[in-house]
Amino acid sequence: MRITQGCFSFLPDLDDAQITAQIEYILSRGWAVSLEFSDDPHPRNTYWDMWGHPMFDLRDAKGAMMELEDCRKAHPDAYIRVQAFDSTRGFETVMMSFIVNRPASEPGFAMHRSDYEGRSQKYGWSLSR
Amino acid sequence: MTETGAPKTTVDLAAEYQNSGVAEVLADLDRDLIGLAPVKQRIRETAALLLVDKARRELGLAQETPTLHMSFTGNPGTGKTTVAKMMAGLLHRLGYVRKGHLVSVTRDDLVGQYIGHTAPKTKEVLKKAMGGVLFIDEAYYLYKPDNERDYGQEAIEILLQVMENNRDDLVVIMAGYADRMDRFFSANPGFRSRIAHHIDFPDYSNEELLQIAAGMLDQQSYALDDAGSAAMAEYIGLRRAQPHFANARSIRNALDRARLRQANRLFTESTGPLDAAALSRIGAEDIRASRVFSGGLDVDRPTAKEAAE
Repeated sequence: MRITQGCFSFLPDLDDAQITAQIEYILSRGWAVSLEFSDDPHPRNTYWDMWGHPMFDLRDAKGAMMELEDCRKAHPDAYIRVQAFDSTRGFETVMMSFIVNRPASEPGFAMHRSDYEGRSQKYGWSLSR
Repeated sequence: MTETGAPKTTVDLAAEYQNSGVAEVLADLDRDLIGLAPVKQRIRETAALLLVDKARRELGLAQETPTLHMSFTGNPGTGKTTVAKMMAGLLHRLGYVRKGHLVSVTRDDLVGQYIGHTAPKTKEVLKKAMGGVLFIDEAYYLYKPDNERDYGQEAIEILLQVMENNRDDLVVIMAGYADRMDRFFSANPGFRSRIAHHIDFPDYSNEELLQIAAGMLDQQSYALDDAGSAAMAEYIGLRRAQPHFANARSIRNALDRARLRQANRLFTESTGPLDAAALSRIGAEDIRASRVFSGGLDVDRPTAKEAAE
């Protein structure tokens, strides 16, 4: 099942030239670029692993693309996303986030139902591999 | 660019020259830099080569990016950093670097302090320099032949790899004193072959230094009067003979001290209101108070005992 979260996730996967152009846009807004990866794309899993530090003083997208290449080499079968962080006081938040790498086969989710007090039912989702 | 029409069959070099804005950079170079004739010549040649190369590429003749890594050798204070900055602008206008910023580093910025610290540090700097020019000042400190466990070697290997693989993305300029750079290159043949342009910066002559002094003062709205100018000329001659002479940098330091003395003189001597001319005049008395006229700094002067030997 194709995971859709962050920007552009309903579009076909971005190629490297498109990712470069997006990162150029991020840098043109003065945001910091960072990479994160995870093998658990559950929407409740907010904390992905960081790949290196956020890059606050980049001038050109190539620097981030080099990191992305390294990250893909190290984790070819993980989800990787690019994040843009705005450090302006008052914002101090992620302004943009998009997935740039997906595993060859995406796991998808399975729904579990369990009985609870008073004949009520609880539902939960887990990754199905 | 010819995106819709038929491919170009001719190229107007003069028009390209005008449009690229290279003329401005070269004019800046001529105006702002005094002396350095061989350097200017080399830069003009390089600019011509790049311009022709760009034209050839538009006609589909050349595909490969020329190697643009450079080494600047010369004594301290001969304008290596200043030229590197202009080079970044020049390469940007010719479209060989995308952003045209200059990242200036020394050994400390590239080499780590413990195992595993160097590679991320060097990579960090390289990422920052992507799309621009990486200027490594005193590059020979990267290589320390007497210590085989020095981490400099690791930084050198990463640099070489990036210089080869990312030729489109950044230009590396290494700078340092001529003799030590020669030793550095002979110990690291990889660098010599990856650097196409070796530019040697000559020392300034006394007249050029005097011109530089006048230019520096002019920028700060000061001026030497006639006696001051004569004193400065004499100062330059004397300073050159003394140790730690650093060309234009020595002149700048001398002028900073002269301004200090001038301010002090105005403060103690003036009785009435001062006009702009008096505030911006640097006279012979401000220059001649320098210790250079009495034989240099005490620490640099041979002691009486040494002199007797």
